[in-house]
Amino acid sequence: MKEKFAASIIDVVEFRGEVTVTVKKDSIIDVLMFLKQSLQYNLLTDLTAVDYLGKKEDRFMMVYQLYSIPNKDCVRIKTPVSEADCRIPTATQVWRTANWLERETYDLFGITFDQHPDLRRILMTEDWVGHPLRKDYPLQGPDREPYKGRLS
Amino acid sequence: MATTETMTLNMGPQHPSTHGVLRLVLELDGEVIVKVTPHIGYLHRGIEKLSEHRTYHQILPLTDRLDYLAPMSNNLGYILAVEKLMDVQVPERAETIRIIMAELTRLQSHLVWIACHALDIGAMTVFIYAFRERETVMEIYELISGARMTSNFFRVGGLSQDVPDEFVKKVSDFIDVMPGYLDQYEGLLTTNPIWLKRTVGNGFISAEDAIDLGLTGPALRGSGVDWDLRRDNPYGGYEKYQFKVPVGEKCDTFDRYKVRLVEMREACKIIRQGLDKLKPGPVLADYPQVCYPPKENVYNSIEGLIHHFKIASEGFPAPEGEVYQGVEAPKGELGFYIVSDGGNKPQRFRIRPPSFVNLQSIEKMSLGTMIADLVAVIGTLDIVLGEIDR
Repeated sequence: MKEKFAASIIDVVEFRGEVTVTVKKDSIIDVLMFLKQSLQYNLLTDLTAVDYLGKKEDRFMMVYQLYSIPNKDCVRIKTPVSEADCRIPTATQVWRTANWLERETYDLFGITFDQHPDLRRILMTEDWVGHPLRKDYPLQGPDREPYKGRLS
Repeated sequence: MATTETMTLNMGPQHPSTHGVLRLVLELDGEVIVKVTPHIGYLHRGIEKLSEHRTYHQILPLTDRLDYLAPMSNNLGYILAVEKLMDVQVPERAETIRIIMAELTRLQSHLVWIACHALDIGAMTVFIYAFRERETVMEIYELISGARMTSNFFRVGGLSQDVPDEFVKKVSDFIDVMPGYLDQYEGLLTTNPIWLKRTVGNGFISAEDAIDLGLTGPALRGSGVDWDLRRDNPYGGYEKYQFKVPVGEKCDTFDRYKVRLVEMREACKIIRQGLDKLKPGPVLADYPQVCYPPKENVYNSIEGLIHHFKIASEGFPAPEGEVYQGVEAPKGELGFYIVSDGGNKPQRFRIRPPSFVNLQSIEKMSLGTMIADLVAVIGTLDIVLGEIDR
């Protein structure tokens, strides 16, 4: 994989025995497709995002957990998504699992997935304003006094 | 000439066979399903958001409330993720008790599954029987943790306390009689013509589709994929246990039923091995930066009290990094993904719920079948809405 996508790999980290590969956003679908077809990572375990508000240059990080049932092996692929261009191609073309997981990420983080077959909110109601898992979204919800502890 | 058109029917969120607050919008051609649109989120409590504002010890009680039919499996997944992040070694006794409890939880969860699944299809006796056995597991829960459902018993580094003396006898007695009860359920269902008519061939999903749709756990094994995290990527000490992983062939509801029944028998064997391995010893790791001190120290010394206070109020800082820990929960792969920025609270806390991902295949499994078969499909997927909506 390193040879094939040398130009698009940003970094490779190993922590507690888990390999995390960060790639550029433009090549994410090619990387996922290659991992699925050539390296037998056939199960998309999880797809989510992380909000690094004020901590990283690109605010969001998309995270794909892949697992290979034949090789009993997992790998994590990440790709940065900036707040200004908050969209990424959908992974539903690679795994159908991605459908609801991307809807959830769209719902809670506000990342748009291009060419997604059914991009609607999934956990929150359809008329909900805001994206709850963003760091600048208040824990108590909108229009409410922040909780100051039991004795306040 | 008569024209026909499809009808839209709403099912749920208050519906006895949607196992909680699942709402399905069905498009029907007569009684045949043309389209299923699940609507979820009625039980969304924002556990992932809440967890970002709590220390690692404070998150644990929230995990009980995910899959409330299998609280200890959730606890186990979460603490294993934190232990991986903090690199904590757990004493052997704690590890063994955790596995015994995780397998009892699997039994309990599958008992509720068989009870509700059979009830949905019209077999009421099994419901009463299975809940009778579940009661014993609840009593064991109460015995060791004080709570019947939200156990909150495990701790990062071990257990909150050692189990009482009568624990071994109580568990041992239970798994002695459990296989006999399983025979009873099988006697009521496996060769029952009504049960066979309702389950054989129902909810077909091929192995290829199952993997593509991300099915895990018994639902995937029912489609003939021989994969179990406990055996293939052992965690928490499972490498020391021998057990069989049942696999189905026909990819239908009946095969998933058989897989779960064999899993229950295997769970009894794992518990028996665990009881044989159980030796006296500490139940909490000696890692004062992370773990709570033993209760005797808290009550009898000022140092212990301060230590407890520090851990309970401030928690502990975790090294910068990210970990993912998947466990074989009764419903499938339950994963916890923690991103730490070096503070005492996670930067991102993600739960990979098995039911959420499994529910996606409801459409694939039920298209072209009758409404009554959809009820069997919901039962065979074994969903829990607490986990789907989080």
